[in-house]
Amino acid sequence: MKAYTLFKKDWQSELRTRYAINALAMFILVTISVIMFSIGSEKITEYLTGGLLWVVIFFSAMSGLSRAFVSEEERGTTMTLQLIASPSTIFSGKLIFNLILVFLMNFVITILFLVLFPSFIIKNFALFAIAFILGNIGIAVSSTIIAAIISKASSKGTLYPVLSFPILLPLILTLLELTKFSMDGNSIYSSYVEIAVLICYDVIMLTASYLLFDFIWKE
Amino acid sequence: MTEYTVELNNLVKYFGRRLIFDGIDFTFSPQHVYGISGPNGSGKSTLVKIIADLISPTRGKVIHKYGGKVIDVDLIHNHLGFVSPYLFLYDEFTAEENLIHFAGIRGIKFNKERSNFLFGELNLYDRRKDLVRAYSSGMKQRLKFIFALLHEPQIIILDEPTSNLDNAGKEIAYRLITNEGKNNLVIVASNEDLDLSLCNKVIDLEKFKKQIET
Repeated sequence: MKAYTLFKKDWQSELRTRYAINALAMFILVTISVIMFSIGSEKITEYLTGGLLWVVIFFSAMSGLSRAFVSEEERGTTMTLQLIASPSTIFSGKLIFNLILVFLMNFVITILFLVLFPSFIIKNFALFAIAFILGNIGIAVSSTIIAAIISKASSKGTLYPVLSFPILLPLILTLLELTKFSMDGNSIYSSYVEIAVLICYDVIMLTASYLLFDFIWKE
Repeated sequence: MTEYTVELNNLVKYFGRRLIFDGIDFTFSPQHVYGISGPNGSGKSTLVKIIADLISPTRGKVIHKYGGKVIDVDLIHNHLGFVSPYLFLYDEFTAEENLIHFAGIRGIKFNKERSNFLFGELNLYDRRKDLVRAYSSGMKQRLKFIFALLHEPQIIILDEPTSNLDNAGKEIAYRLITNEGKNNLVIVASNEDLDLSLCNKVIDLEKFKKQIET
């Protein structure tokens, strides 16, 4: 409940300041436009559109999700949060905020891909939905803990993608594979190993984040 | 009356290779107003931040006890009120919205009666629905007192409590410190003589340092 109230505070704050939403909307608009202009009238393979989807998602996450902690640090309100809640409450609240943002952002990106790229055809929607949900959870958890780490650093902007790349790489590679399977129309059963990898990634990241956050949060 | 004590056991703090203070042993007792004084850079703010568990000491321990029982470090914030110049509230919310959010995040019900009482005490009642962005620095300082006292804490830490306040504001702050000191533990970190005159005991960090050196 405390974490939910923190999320509510962040959401109201976001609606008033539009720190992350504007950055994300502009990034999605610009990247998809650039991809469309560079493709022109060429016909691209469906696997390539699947790859491009996760590239856009990865870089959109880089542009917007760090705000969760960076905005608190920039406004000097980190101490205020330290004075009113335990570290686990703070992390949970920020995680809920990033989860909602990731799901909204990735839903919009996927819809745009389905509408704008004729070769982006998903044959097994159930498999794609599983990959989408587990992938979004993984991106949100990883981005939240990385955002907490970089908020304490002086060069926040450059450090975020540098730290995110090795942490998100196994997740993105598995997601690429599952997207390819869903485009081929493979069954969920035959993609069992990749789904298990995603579940393991999410559980490991979530556990490690809760364990690490106490040390990151306090100077 | 609350039985809240804070024990400092052999506190040492370094920033990098620079020693801030070394070997502080002290016990803060309830129903007292303590002052922490010392020249700029002597570590007043660092010490109160360590007491409030906002930063960790390099060595040593801070033990908070309530009714004789040691309080878990993750729960200290429930017992603590804190005012300082480097504390900021959310500019995009009104003063009252800030307090409503804080009560929710603390997991307590927002006490509108107490909030209105404190807004009245600090002469901010008519401006409680204004955005904090529109507040002057003195008004923000008054709002920090409401933030610190709303959840009726047992220990109140005030770092430079009268900074940015006008004379009327200072009088209100002194009245609040005196009142809170009757029931709770109050720690004031300041160099202002008037602030320190309210204290039952003053810890001079510079003298403390000299004692250790000799």
